[in-house]
Amino acid sequence: MRPDLTLDIKNLRLSFRSWSGSTEVLHGIDLSVAPGERVALVGESGSGKSVTSRIVLGTMQDVRHARVSGQVTFEGTDLAKLASVERRALRGREISMIFQDPSSALNPVFRIGDLFHEVLKRRHPKISKGEARQRAAAILQDVSIADAERVLSSYSFQLSGGMNQRVMIAMALINEPRLLLADEPGTALDVTVQAQTLSLMRDLVEQKRTSVLFISHNLGVVREFADRIYVIYRGNIVEHGPTAAIFDAPQHPYTQALLSAIPRLTGGGVPDIEERSLSFNDPMISHGTDI
Amino acid sequence: MKRAIYILLSNPLSILGLVLVGLVFFCAAFADFIAPYPEHAGAVINFAFANKPPSAEYLLGTDVVGRDLLSRIIYAYQVALGMGLVVLLIAPPIGVALGLIAGYIGGWTDFVLMRITDIFLSIPPLVLALAIMGVMEPTLINAMLAVTAMWWPWYARLVYNITRGEKVEGYVLAAEVIGASKAHIMFREILPNCFPAIVTKMTLDFGYVILIASSLSFLGLGVQAPTPDLGSMVSEGTRYLPDSWWMTVFPGLAIMIAVFGFNLVGDVLRDVLEPD
Amino acid sequence: MSILNRFLGRLLSSMIVLIGVSMLIFFIARIIPGDPARIALGPRATEEQVTQMRETLNLNEPIIVQYGLFMRDLARGDLGISLYSNRPVITDLAEYLPATLELVLFAGVMMVAFGLPLGALSARYRGQWPDSLIRVITLLTVSAPAFVWAVGLVLVFAYFTPLFPITGRISDAMTIPHVTGFLLIDTLAAGRFDGFLSAIHHLILPAFALSLSGIGQAARLTRANMITTYEQPAIEMAQAYGFSEARIANRFAFKPSLIPSLTIIGLDFAALLGNAFLVEVIFAWPGLSRYGVGVILQKDLNAIVGTVLIISATFLIANIIVDFLVSILNPRIRLSENRS
Repeated sequence: MRPDLTLDIKNLRLSFRSWSGSTEVLHGIDLSVAPGERVALVGESGSGKSVTSRIVLGTMQDVRHARVSGQVTFEGTDLAKLASVERRALRGREISMIFQDPSSALNPVFRIGDLFHEVLKRRHPKISKGEARQRAAAILQDVSIADAERVLSSYSFQLSGGMNQRVMIAMALINEPRLLLADEPGTALDVTVQAQTLSLMRDLVEQKRTSVLFISHNLGVVREFADRIYVIYRGNIVEHGPTAAIFDAPQHPYTQALLSAIPRLTGGGVPDIEERSLSFNDPMISHGTDI
Repeated sequence: MKRAIYILLSNPLSILGLVLVGLVFFCAAFADFIAPYPEHAGAVINFAFANKPPSAEYLLGTDVVGRDLLSRIIYAYQVALGMGLVVLLIAPPIGVALGLIAGYIGGWTDFVLMRITDIFLSIPPLVLALAIMGVMEPTLINAMLAVTAMWWPWYARLVYNITRGEKVEGYVLAAEVIGASKAHIMFREILPNCFPAIVTKMTLDFGYVILIASSLSFLGLGVQAPTPDLGSMVSEGTRYLPDSWWMTVFPGLAIMIAVFGFNLVGDVLRDVLEPD
Repeated sequence: MSILNRFLGRLLSSMIVLIGVSMLIFFIARIIPGDPARIALGPRATEEQVTQMRETLNLNEPIIVQYGLFMRDLARGDLGISLYSNRPVITDLAEYLPATLELVLFAGVMMVAFGLPLGALSARYRGQWPDSLIRVITLLTVSAPAFVWAVGLVLVFAYFTPLFPITGRISDAMTIPHVTGFLLIDTLAAGRFDGFLSAIHHLILPAFALSLSGIGQAARLTRANMITTYEQPAIEMAQAYGFSEARIANRFAFKPSLIPSLTIIGLDFAALLGNAFLVEVIFAWPGLSRYGVGVILQKDLNAIVGTVLIISATFLIANIIVDFLVSILNPRIRLSENRS
């Protein structure tokens, strides 16, 4: 256990029980995020990257048929030792999350300003509506929203996808969390809009020194964003190292396949890996920079 | 199909539902053998034993002319199930055909058929059946007709909505491209996709038909004496409340048992057949 | 602007449907029963009387003309004479409608007040025992006709434990001047607070009997809608932000589910209006439904047509009102004029 790390995952396993027996989805994952570091976890759908983020968030532990083992340490605290309520107390305050499709993640029957008010109350239970509005307007300026007042008075369906994405980034960071989980942020958006909002997000987390665990199926998207990359395949980390090392000298056959699948021009869409190869199950490759 | 049966048999509530429905069907089918006093289904008068509370001899008590309530309830299930079967054999095919045609053909056909459906749907169901019964003679056949008349529009509406959704699906377009006939597309391509919803609705409706039919006869507009009917039994019994409570309570419970059974089965069936 | 357009559109289509209803019910009443004149006069009337009656009822005209004459009279507020009461049908309807509306509206309020929270509770504990319990209870409430509930409630809460009155709308000892026909309003208008309480006391049992299956329906519907909402990313986001389950259920999941639920609950109003026939008979409630049962048993065709028309009109108006409320609740409709 390293209390100096924001997030430290050791030998994480997850299995689901059902009437036909137990299925293991994570087979012992090690992963860490240092303070202020931006780490990406990359793999195709079904590889286990999203459930990993739900475990860090602490919601997967409450799912009835899920069994989580191994160690997940957040700022020196073992999540397994916390009660469900204590894990919830971390959410929205110390740990925050950005979702794939901003337009559906923002509740359509509440105004953006009211949503901000609710979120701020997680950190400051007695905050007034007016003060919440002021703070929200301030952070909306940070994500380059000029007419913050109009946005705060709007419902999500009145705003564009890119605007909603900025709102969600601002909302995720307004309570100054220590760790931001970004699950496929902006995948539902146009490629150019996604790139814009990601660069906004990068500036903001850099400025606030927020640690980020960025989850994506697309290596191309994380290249600009992440300091380090973990590649996950079928519940195992197959390769990890600094972003440059992964891109310059990918060692693992699966990483190589992922890299060659990045669409050349636009960088959007889901990369298709046409051929499955047994070599994808090769042992993990570390670029020797484990912290 | 196997999965449906597996889920139906693994859920305690649906097992209870199947048991209740089975019990009702069993009573109806073998009424002559299990009813303690089969002759009490008719116009028997037995004043010596009138108005008796439940006892070993008359398990659920006797009515105001001394007939065994249990026997009459068992025979009343025959009437109730007969009603359900007839209505559900007539109403759904009419509604389904009209819904398919309106939904698939579209245009004026759609407009006219669905406005007619709307007209039927905007009269509260029981009120429509009552009004029809009001102008006709109160017989079992007429009650069946009245309930059928209020029932088909719900199937038309259901199938219409599904058809509108399926119409733009790839498989329908493909069939159109290869020149399949309209009838083929409606009844061979689209109809099978409506079946899960239709089957679920029919299961639930079996209970509701019993419920509505008993309401009609409760108001004196359904089956006439001496044919045993749950609704008219409750109605007769209310005159002797609260002392002869068994005359209303047991027929009332009998309605509830049957409808509850169909509802339990239909409810689980819906979860299985229509997962969304 | 958009809400107004929507409202006017609904009003227009409801008028068209209502004209359709008038045709349907008119033709049912004229075609099915054989000779309406004979029915009106009964089997003992002479041929002469029947011929005269056919003349008065315009039965010798083609059916279309008969309908035209019927509509002309209807436009003047004339629905003919009731054979049951020997008064204009419209007078009867005006007298009996308020009692039924009071009962049905009170039941409607109960349906929403109990049904929605029960459904929300069920959805919050989906898959756990409170959910199973509520599901079974609500399924039971929809499994018995309203008259069975009425009898059961009367037995338990009026006969065995005399908490509530068995029949009537208000204590017999009280005379309240007739203003609107709604006793809850008239008593207050007369400054008779004791009368108001007595009216509520008389309303509770019949309204509860009437609303029980509606409560079940509303709860089941709310549960289904909320469970759909629970699968939306917006709820996962609320969970990710650490809101308590209670807050998520009561606020983040309940509000989006309210809109589809209310729309359908508006349709359930039809069941309330229909079941009022059953409940009014048991509680001797002097309303339109009890009148309706009377005229149906007497084969009083004019009154049957009038009763069905007024009930359908009530149902359509109720749905327009619900649709209006839903438009106000739903920001997507309310703000649709602002969308580009």
